[in-house]
Amino acid sequence: MTVAAEFGGASRPHAGGPTSPEKVLAPVLSAFWDAPESWTLETYLRHEGYEGARKALAMAPDDVIAYVKDSGLRGRGGAGFPTGMKWQFIPQGDGKPHYLVVNADESEPGTCKDIPLLFANPHALIEGIVIACHAIRSSRAFIYLRGEVVPVLRRLHEAVREAYAAGYLGKDVLGSGLDLDVTVHAGAGAYICGEETALLDSLEGRRGQPRLRPPFPAVAGLYACPTVVNNVESIASVPAILNKGKDWFRTMGSEKSPGFTLYSLSGHVANPGQYEGPLGITLRQLLDISGGMRPGHRLKFWTPGGSSTPMFTEEHLDVPLDYEGVGAAGSMLGTKALQCFDETTCVVRAVTRWTEFYAHESCGKCTPCREGTYWLVQLLRDIEAGKGRLEDLDKLGDIADNINGKSFCALGDGAASPIFSSLQYFRAEYEEHITGKGCPFDPAKSTLWADNDAHLGVNA
Amino acid sequence: MNATPAPKDVQLGMPRLPAPDYPADVKARLAADAEEVIARYPDSRSALLPLLHLVQAEDGYVTRTGIRFCAEQLGLTTAEVTAVSTFYSMYRRKPSGDYQVGVCTNTLCAVMGGDAIFEELKEHLGVDNGGTTDDGAITLEHIECNAACDFAPVVMVNWEFFDNQTPRSARQLVDDLRAGRTVEPTRGAPLCSFKETARILAGFPDTRPGAVAATGGAGPASLVGLRLARGETPPGHADHVVSPRATADGPTDEAAGPTHEEGE
Repeated sequence: MTVAAEFGGASRPHAGGPTSPEKVLAPVLSAFWDAPESWTLETYLRHEGYEGARKALAMAPDDVIAYVKDSGLRGRGGAGFPTGMKWQFIPQGDGKPHYLVVNADESEPGTCKDIPLLFANPHALIEGIVIACHAIRSSRAFIYLRGEVVPVLRRLHEAVREAYAAGYLGKDVLGSGLDLDVTVHAGAGAYICGEETALLDSLEGRRGQPRLRPPFPAVAGLYACPTVVNNVESIASVPAILNKGKDWFRTMGSEKSPGFTLYSLSGHVANPGQYEGPLGITLRQLLDISGGMRPGHRLKFWTPGGSSTPMFTEEHLDVPLDYEGVGAAGSMLGTKALQCFDETTCVVRAVTRWTEFYAHESCGKCTPCREGTYWLVQLLRDIEAGKGRLEDLDKLGDIADNINGKSFCALGDGAASPIFSSLQYFRAEYEEHITGKGCPFDPAKSTLWADNDAHLGVNA
Repeated sequence: MNATPAPKDVQLGMPRLPAPDYPADVKARLAADAEEVIARYPDSRSALLPLLHLVQAEDGYVTRTGIRFCAEQLGLTTAEVTAVSTFYSMYRRKPSGDYQVGVCTNTLCAVMGGDAIFEELKEHLGVDNGGTTDDGAITLEHIECNAACDFAPVVMVNWEFFDNQTPRSARQLVDDLRAGRTVEPTRGAPLCSFKETARILAGFPDTRPGAVAATGGAGPASLVGLRLARGETPPGHADHVVSPRATADGPTDEAAGPTHEEGE
């Protein structure tokens, strides 16, 4: 298969490749989520927990950084920056404290991987923190968890308590000489705090507004000290790499996108949920093994990595879901949040709602994003309600173009993505709303219970 | 001059008097908590978000007194604290209900039924977005994506997960809350009050027996991929045949109660 050769991944499942779930999937982080009391230290230790940390603590910090770099692990929070390289940017011997901040502010629409991971297996993150702090010579880590997930907060509190009691945190971790304190910090409701510099401002007790870069957090992050900000899944993936080896990690995925990851399938699919496997799986494979779309319906559009990544359609079913594959097809892998919508869904309604979200969550610091998202919402609401004009479509693209790339952070770029991509693939549907003076879709047909009502004759 | 007396609420442009302080015993108790929170951070100002959760745990919303307290503890001005508290959506600005019912109406949940659920609850409770029922039990809000899209449509009550909701199950949920019946989430601990939840958010672990373990490990959707990888069929999904799902009037299995889970 030429696609596989092109991306260099001998073992990566590819279109037309294996379709049995056992061959397509490869649970690592999720491997024992169904074990009794999976979130406890006891269960974690039964599954080789903290073995990776033992190995890392026996290595020199720089060797750990080199090892993670060689593994090819890339950030799982959206941008895909190589994790080991991020660690390497921390200046050494500078006399300043170094900080590790874990970004657990998962709130990109469609993204739902870190929250179940922390709910079922929080010690994977804590072990990853131990390894990362040893590598970057930090004795202080923070877990910035979004506030709206109290069940996860409880388990993080408990996991940190257990880790202290067992000597995996605190003074002289596992006799290595590393002193490490971890603080669990609950946010207070702001999507923008998932942006790393806004997160740092928020953690400093300020409004969560992004900072202009440079300086980057590696040089001047938390309290203006060298800081690594990593996504939950990135850090939680490190223990398995140390324990099972970088070569094992590289047996999965491709040369540039090695390893395993969590794909989150949601929407009008038969079986929404978490699917962990090697990078480079296609949506067609995931749908094939999981039961496909809900019966009697067709895929219309989907996001590869949350609402901020340009949407795809049926024609992209065979795009390898890794950093290069999705990028080459005109979108971004993002958080691997595969939101699937079928033919009952109005794309104008979907984009309007996402845009309302970006307008609500824009922090207000940069004018293009603050004002642009506001005006996008006005235009989209009118179009959805059948009060739009055809020239509004060009205006939408124009405003999106004036937001895209013109603000401090990527929130504005994210707001522009659904506009550009939906106009590219579904311009006719926008026009239909305008010429037909209204929305041609029945929202009742899109609901979770729509087809059961039909069976019962309610909507028949 | 015999002008008509001005209505009482006319603003004369005078700055408001400083907020009253907490009573001495309350202040002493909160100050001890604040000290514990501040000690977790290298820089005291980092404690501001947790302290705002803490005063919300005391008052049910962020009062002017609470803002004054935070400012005093951290050596900030009340303006600085207000600027922060008004930035974040979880800090309430007015008295609200014991139970915050949040319906996700971000795109995916909205399309899957969140919009219908929110409309149903607005009508059933007779309140609009942000409104509180007359009995003070429930504040209804629509919320943004809460990282549970594989359980859509999602409703949160005091930030515990109620997955795969329908208009009927949500109606039953709020009726149970108003009647004082015990309500358990699909993922999370048995509900405590909004104030008690705010205290956990301030960083004080939930000490109720069983709270951490409540509702067990991962939810059913979280396990679908794992089960497939092992060669099992997902729960209730023999041979990829889709199990009966909910109807608008409620779960297909009535016995499943107000918070049915897909495929069970």
